[in-house]
Amino acid sequence: MNNAGQAIHIKKEILVRIIEAFFSDDFEEQTRLIPYVMRPKGMEVPYRCCVYKERAIIKDRAIAGLGFSIEDDDETVSLAKYARKAIERREISEKNLTVLQAACKGCSTNRIYVTDLCQGCVARPCLSSCKFGAISIENGRSVVDDSKCKKCQMCVKACPYKAIVKISVPCEDACPVGAIKKDETGFASIDFEKCINCGKCIANCPFGAVHERSQIVDILKAIKSEKKVIVMIAPSIAGQFPGNIYQLKSAIIKAGFDDVYEVAQGADVTAANEAKEFTERMKEVNAKASEWVNEWVNEGGYDEKNKHENDEEKKVKNFMTTSCCAGYNQLIKKHMPEIKPYVSETKTPMYYTAEIVKQDNPDSVTVFISPCVAKRAEGFENPNVDYIMNFEELGALFVAKKIQITECEEMKYPTESSKQARNFGFSGGVADSVKAALKDENSVKPCVINGLNKESIRQLKSYAASGSCEGNCNLIEVMCCEGGCIGGNATMNNQRTAKKLIEQLSNESKNIDKI
Amino acid sequence: MEKVSVKVCLGTTCFVMGGANLQELIDIIPRKYGDKVEVSGSQCLGMCSIKWNYSKAPYVKVDDDIIEEATVEKVLDAVSKKLGQN
Repeated sequence: MNNAGQAIHIKKEILVRIIEAFFSDDFEEQTRLIPYVMRPKGMEVPYRCCVYKERAIIKDRAIAGLGFSIEDDDETVSLAKYARKAIERREISEKNLTVLQAACKGCSTNRIYVTDLCQGCVARPCLSSCKFGAISIENGRSVVDDSKCKKCQMCVKACPYKAIVKISVPCEDACPVGAIKKDETGFASIDFEKCINCGKCIANCPFGAVHERSQIVDILKAIKSEKKVIVMIAPSIAGQFPGNIYQLKSAIIKAGFDDVYEVAQGADVTAANEAKEFTERMKEVNAKASEWVNEWVNEGGYDEKNKHENDEEKKVKNFMTTSCCAGYNQLIKKHMPEIKPYVSETKTPMYYTAEIVKQDNPDSVTVFISPCVAKRAEGFENPNVDYIMNFEELGALFVAKKIQITECEEMKYPTESSKQARNFGFSGGVADSVKAALKDENSVKPCVINGLNKESIRQLKSYAASGSCEGNCNLIEVMCCEGGCIGGNATMNNQRTAKKLIEQLSNESKNIDKI
Repeated sequence: MEKVSVKVCLGTTCFVMGGANLQELIDIIPRKYGDKVEVSGSQCLGMCSIKWNYSKAPYVKVDDDIIEEATVEKVLDAVSKKLGQN
């Protein structure tokens, strides 16, 4: 869940205004006016130093909403010109995020700091707790040497006066792969070579300084064109809007789209394929394991076993991980190639759904409605997915078009999805679906990586190194966001309510077919 | 004593602009105040359409008072004040 509070409210309001401007008589002029309408002359300044800075930041947010990068902006180009450039644009960019350095606070550097509460005590537990020799005593008080400190926070825990604090940079702390850092100017900047598009920086910056680059204008252009535009809704959407997904379908069509598919339909394919693949892999594991046992028993006993146990060709791959989370797939590609052989080769629900949609409607434009920014990266690589629109953007479209979902009639989907497929959006749902699709449910021992962070990434790396997972689990479900997709950066509902709403729908759905 | 009435707008605009979180009130209020307060989700209260003022959404109605840019805390605060006055 996005916890940036008021900042996210402003982001959504800007999206609504961009959409309203698009449908007005003069897109360019109405876009140019957005900062002035939101912060008119004489208005009490809500957050920043003055109304001019407020407007400058709103302009930057609007630039991101129009799909451009603030890093490339030299501040001379007007919003009207950006609006025109957005209309003329034919291609979308691979870089999905942009940092508004004007909105970034330039937080104090991430470090451990001894405050004035330090009593200069005799016991000095901080001194003995530090394994790196970073703490010394000056004038009777503790001091941290930043060049030696590893920020392990043992001293923070050791001090009985709670006098030592960790000064946080929320985006740096949230990023699981060290891709966002303060640059030489002191403001945040993203290293796209490292970034896995997980969106945690967006959700955690209290200043709302990180934005997704929206494709909303491109999508609105497609709606206006002659082409058929087909929407694919992620399973996690069921907990994000008022009304049910059948009313949501007619609301989406009312907003201008031509048809709606549930991505749960593709999730059923993912679950079936993953279950098949799991069975095959486990058969292989057993065959390989017994072959290797025969080899060392017959050829040299325990000496032979101990000597070659960890050789790459002898290593038995005792587990398989799921592959439907886009953030996880980016992590594998950029930071953890060693786990690739363990990752299921089954495609994502979005992949199968887009394939079905393009088969049914070859000339259509496809739009995936997403809980997170990571799907933008996956969509960019998949020729069957033309655009990505996140939950907030769809919400903004409903607001701009004044659509009341609960007043919309219910519309059926071409294929009703299974209970398990509709549960893909929360942590544990994918592993459950694989289990339910198998004839022998007991052959699965699942475990769940509920959110990627520095700790869980270390865990996955150690599993890949040893070939085995803790507790002898053989199926690892990996979700980049805590809670699963309902914890994605563009979600609008708190997780508890969202999960309850998804289960309301899934409990009335049929069970998944066995493979 | 008359019950305090709380109506949480669950219209699309309020829901999108932050009202989704306010659904929690429907669980929290009975736990906190028992039957002294009546809380319910409501169809669009029509507040956003008066001057098309979606920037102040989400809205919650406590008796006859409208709370703009409502949060769980703001609403609980208003309810407590009401109960204190009664």
